[in-house]
Amino acid sequence: MNAVAAFAAGLVFGIGLIVSGMTDPGKVIGFLDLAGRWDPSLAFVMAGAIAVGFLAFAFVRQRAQSLLGGAMHLPQRRDIDARLVGGSVVFGIGWGLGGFCPGPALVSLASGEAKAAVFVAAMLGGMLLYTAAERLTSGSRARSDQAP
Amino acid sequence: MQIDWTHFTPWASLAGGILIGVAAAMLVLLNGRIAGISGIVGGLLAPRRSDVAWRVAFVAGLLAAPLAMAFYPQAPRIDAGLGMLVLAGLLVGVGTSYGSGCTSGHGVCGLSRLSPRSLVATLAFMGAGIATVFIARHLL
Repeated sequence: MNAVAAFAAGLVFGIGLIVSGMTDPGKVIGFLDLAGRWDPSLAFVMAGAIAVGFLAFAFVRQRAQSLLGGAMHLPQRRDIDARLVGGSVVFGIGWGLGGFCPGPALVSLASGEAKAAVFVAAMLGGMLLYTAAERLTSGSRARSDQAP
Repeated sequence: MQIDWTHFTPWASLAGGILIGVAAAMLVLLNGRIAGISGIVGGLLAPRRSDVAWRVAFVAGLLAAPLAMAFYPQAPRIDAGLGMLVLAGLLVGVGTSYGSGCTSGHGVCGLSRLSPRSLVATLAFMGAGIATVFIARHLL
């Protein structure tokens, strides 16, 4: 049942990305290009998504369980650290260079865009690099975390 | 500032955004999970057994979306060459991993939850994206 719900959510998410036009990297770069001919569409996507999302997350805030009876897995961290900011800046540079972020890239991959496949392969490579780096440094990080 | 009226699609983008919000609502209400694409995919690369099924199902739904939609609103414009896309993909993969999220996890779900971390992350990647496009299009 959980998998069926997740599939349905993924399907609606992907259809939303296609309808919104965000699977077109030119449209994303058109939004980021404030100094050129600006396409404000992405702001409308965010506004529509956050309007619905705000209500949903306000509703789940008081709940201890999901509607299907499972545990809630909501992020608890509130600290703002260099990894958050640095990682987001690196992501933003890649986003600006290609016009793809992870969701639209996956949807475009399934629609048969060869260039999207190249991007997705490199993105998965980047995620694997992170996993490998974390394994290599996890020992030293655990120690440095104990420093005052 | 000049508006690109030929490509600007306020109603379609608002409608698509509402669908994205509905999808995020479905996942958190039914599964108790954040609809962050980079996090969902990243979790599959370092899998824990109890945690795989819903991730695979969500990604399968995402991949099925173009099949469910027999049409595209418009043909995608992918200006970047292959080398540039490899670089962009690597940066997006590494950056979203260290930054704990992307446009969906931080930008949609995080801002909906009024998370200060996600607000900072969203400002950081939007700012970096705007700066990158400015340099690539107007300075180089």
